[in-house]
Amino acid sequence: MSGNTVHIDAKGMHYTPLNQAVRKAVAEGAGEVILENVLGQRFIADGLKGNVHLVIHGVPGGDLCMFMSGPTCTVYGNCEHAPGNTMDAGKIVIHGSAGDAVAHSMRGGKIFVRDNIGYRGGIHMKEYQEKRPVLVVGGYARAFLGEYMAGGTILVLGLDSPQAVGERGVGSGIHGGEIILRGDIDDLLLGVGARKTPLDEHEKTRIEPLIREFCDHFGRDPEPLYRDRYVRITPSSSRPFANKYTWE
Amino acid sequence: MTIGSVPLKFKVSVDAEQCMLCERCIENCPYGVFRREGDQLRINSRQCVACHRCVAMCPRDAISIEERPMDYRSHPLWTPEVREAIYNQARTGRIILSGMGNALPYPVIFDSLVLDACQVTNPSIDPLREPMEMRTYIGKKPSRLEFVSHNGDVDLVTQLVPNLQLETPIMIGHMSYGAISLNAQKSLARAVTASGTFMGTGEGGLHQDLYPYQDHMIVQVASGRFGVDINYLERGAAIEIKIGQGAKPGIGGHLPGEKVCADVSCTRMIPLGSDAISPAPHHDIYSIEDLKQLVRSLKEATEWKKPVFVKIAAVHNSAAIAAGIARSAADAVVIDGFRGGTGAAPRVFRDHVGIPVEAAIASVDAKLRSQGIRNEVSLIASGGIRESADIAKIIALGADAVYIGTAALVAMGCRVCGTCYKGLCPWGIATQREDLVARLDPEVASKNVENLIHAWTLELSELMGAAGINSIESLRGNRDRLRGYLLDESILKVLDVKPVGA
Repeated sequence: MSGNTVHIDAKGMHYTPLNQAVRKAVAEGAGEVILENVLGQRFIADGLKGNVHLVIHGVPGGDLCMFMSGPTCTVYGNCEHAPGNTMDAGKIVIHGSAGDAVAHSMRGGKIFVRDNIGYRGGIHMKEYQEKRPVLVVGGYARAFLGEYMAGGTILVLGLDSPQAVGERGVGSGIHGGEIILRGDIDDLLLGVGARKTPLDEHEKTRIEPLIREFCDHFGRDPEPLYRDRYVRITPSSSRPFANKYTWE
Repeated sequence: MTIGSVPLKFKVSVDAEQCMLCERCIENCPYGVFRREGDQLRINSRQCVACHRCVAMCPRDAISIEERPMDYRSHPLWTPEVREAIYNQARTGRIILSGMGNALPYPVIFDSLVLDACQVTNPSIDPLREPMEMRTYIGKKPSRLEFVSHNGDVDLVTQLVPNLQLETPIMIGHMSYGAISLNAQKSLARAVTASGTFMGTGEGGLHQDLYPYQDHMIVQVASGRFGVDINYLERGAAIEIKIGQGAKPGIGGHLPGEKVCADVSCTRMIPLGSDAISPAPHHDIYSIEDLKQLVRSLKEATEWKKPVFVKIAAVHNSAAIAAGIARSAADAVVIDGFRGGTGAAPRVFRDHVGIPVEAAIASVDAKLRSQGIRNEVSLIASGGIRESADIAKIIALGADAVYIGTAALVAMGCRVCGTCYKGLCPWGIATQREDLVARLDPEVASKNVENLIHAWTLELSELMGAAGINSIESLRGNRDRLRGYLLDESILKVLDVKPVGA
């Protein structure tokens, strides 16, 4: 990225003027936009396009970077629900935890969450041609992870936690993509249409770049993570409901 | 259990005297009813769905189709449809899929409402020589207007938000690319552009061939978010959030993988051949507050330049839901009645879930009026609009405008055979098979749809003139122009309409 750095103090600002200020900075060629004192403003970077790095200090509200296509967003703080909702391209790096429905219907780009995420993470994530969305969670993910997932990759590392996911409905209705968990998960916690297999060494090489990228963002040592065991959750069918219907 | 063969639904016969064995029927029937053996045409009536393509294409009028020449022993309760559904499910153990709209003979409220006309003391208006205002605007209206005057001039202070300008209150509802063909969508798009009105994309994304018509397209955001990205949102004249659909309230959508061809996959932005599953709820909406957030996120993404509609199926608590939607920053509420069409829905939903749009619109209009917010939001009715009289009646019950669906398809050649879900539509409408799609000429079909909209608009202006009304907006909610004919008291109360003679 090139261009100037623009600072915006978001204290007390409504999200619309805040987004207008961000868009204006991007339109004027800013390479980096730094938002200070963010406190719960929703829809930050909603529909934002371009080659810009948005840095957020504080806690953004729901739907951060919704419909975003291109920029990188780094958050120094926690996020509310659904960061990356229906995101098309770009990257979100969250130095903290995030709420429910992280990466909802995300179609492209990457999201890295240092700590934990809420329920229904990666729900309805999908992929298309060269676009394969990625969600990497450092900590723990709550129930219904990857529900209705139609594409992309979710990787949950379960750092500083007994396990990556310990709740039910994982991959419920999954019909594309993959969920990779460090360690293992009880079969009883898998959702309808999900199946679990160990991640073999060949497949593991595919996730090493993601582990490295995660560790680069958050200053962790990737080596122990490379050595660990993982399981992979995939659809039992790409057409899970094809046998549910008959013709009139 | 042994389940025997069910009787034929249709009996196809060919007049051998007339038939010249040109084989057009064989070429035109994708269901495989006809085949040739030597000098004879063989017929497999069991495959027939009564789409009438063969009848229309036969140069000698040699083909006839009769409905159900052999029937079960009659019974008022255990009808053939009920028995055949049981046979089907006993054999397969599956949910029965169906197409088009509700196929049960519920009484139609529209047909028990009559419009009023002027006589002697309240003169009617002659639309042949008087201007009739058919233009209307869909979108948010301010609760009040504020002005400032200076130097004898007056300026509007209130900031108005974008509205859609309709030259007729007739729009075409959402039928996705996937459910219908690209040629069908092109036909509709050309027709609405020529008519000064709008159509919905459905939840199938916006194919690039439709970009020239984007100023007349309402892009849809459904729970599957198919084809939705920022460019798609920016292209639409308005955005519609689909919560529910009249043909299948409470459930999601499911385009089978067989219909996801290369072009559909490209437009929906999903892998080739994969099922396109729209879950029942939006997974970021579990309350009116969440809905408000999605409405606002769409507005924020498009810099508050696009009206946002919310579509719900007509259900018993539509009024309360619509009141919530009206407060969610949405610009219009779409109510889709239980006679709404569909490419595919479980038969049990299509035929048994929901309520008629007449009752839903009347109750929503009444609720919004009682809360003092009716003037701030537009109301669009859809689901079973069959003729211009239905439009006049539903507007008098409170709608601003209507979506038509099946009627537009019929204008393009659809014979309402109800087998859209098979993907074999012989008219090139509800199919993605290239040879079938090519049968629909967008030049011709668009003109037919344009003609239909024009004809209904003319009829509507005549009906309004007869009622002494010269503006579509004066008809809106004007229940005094309606009377109920043989409707019971409770329905009249819901509709807020007097009985005939009162």
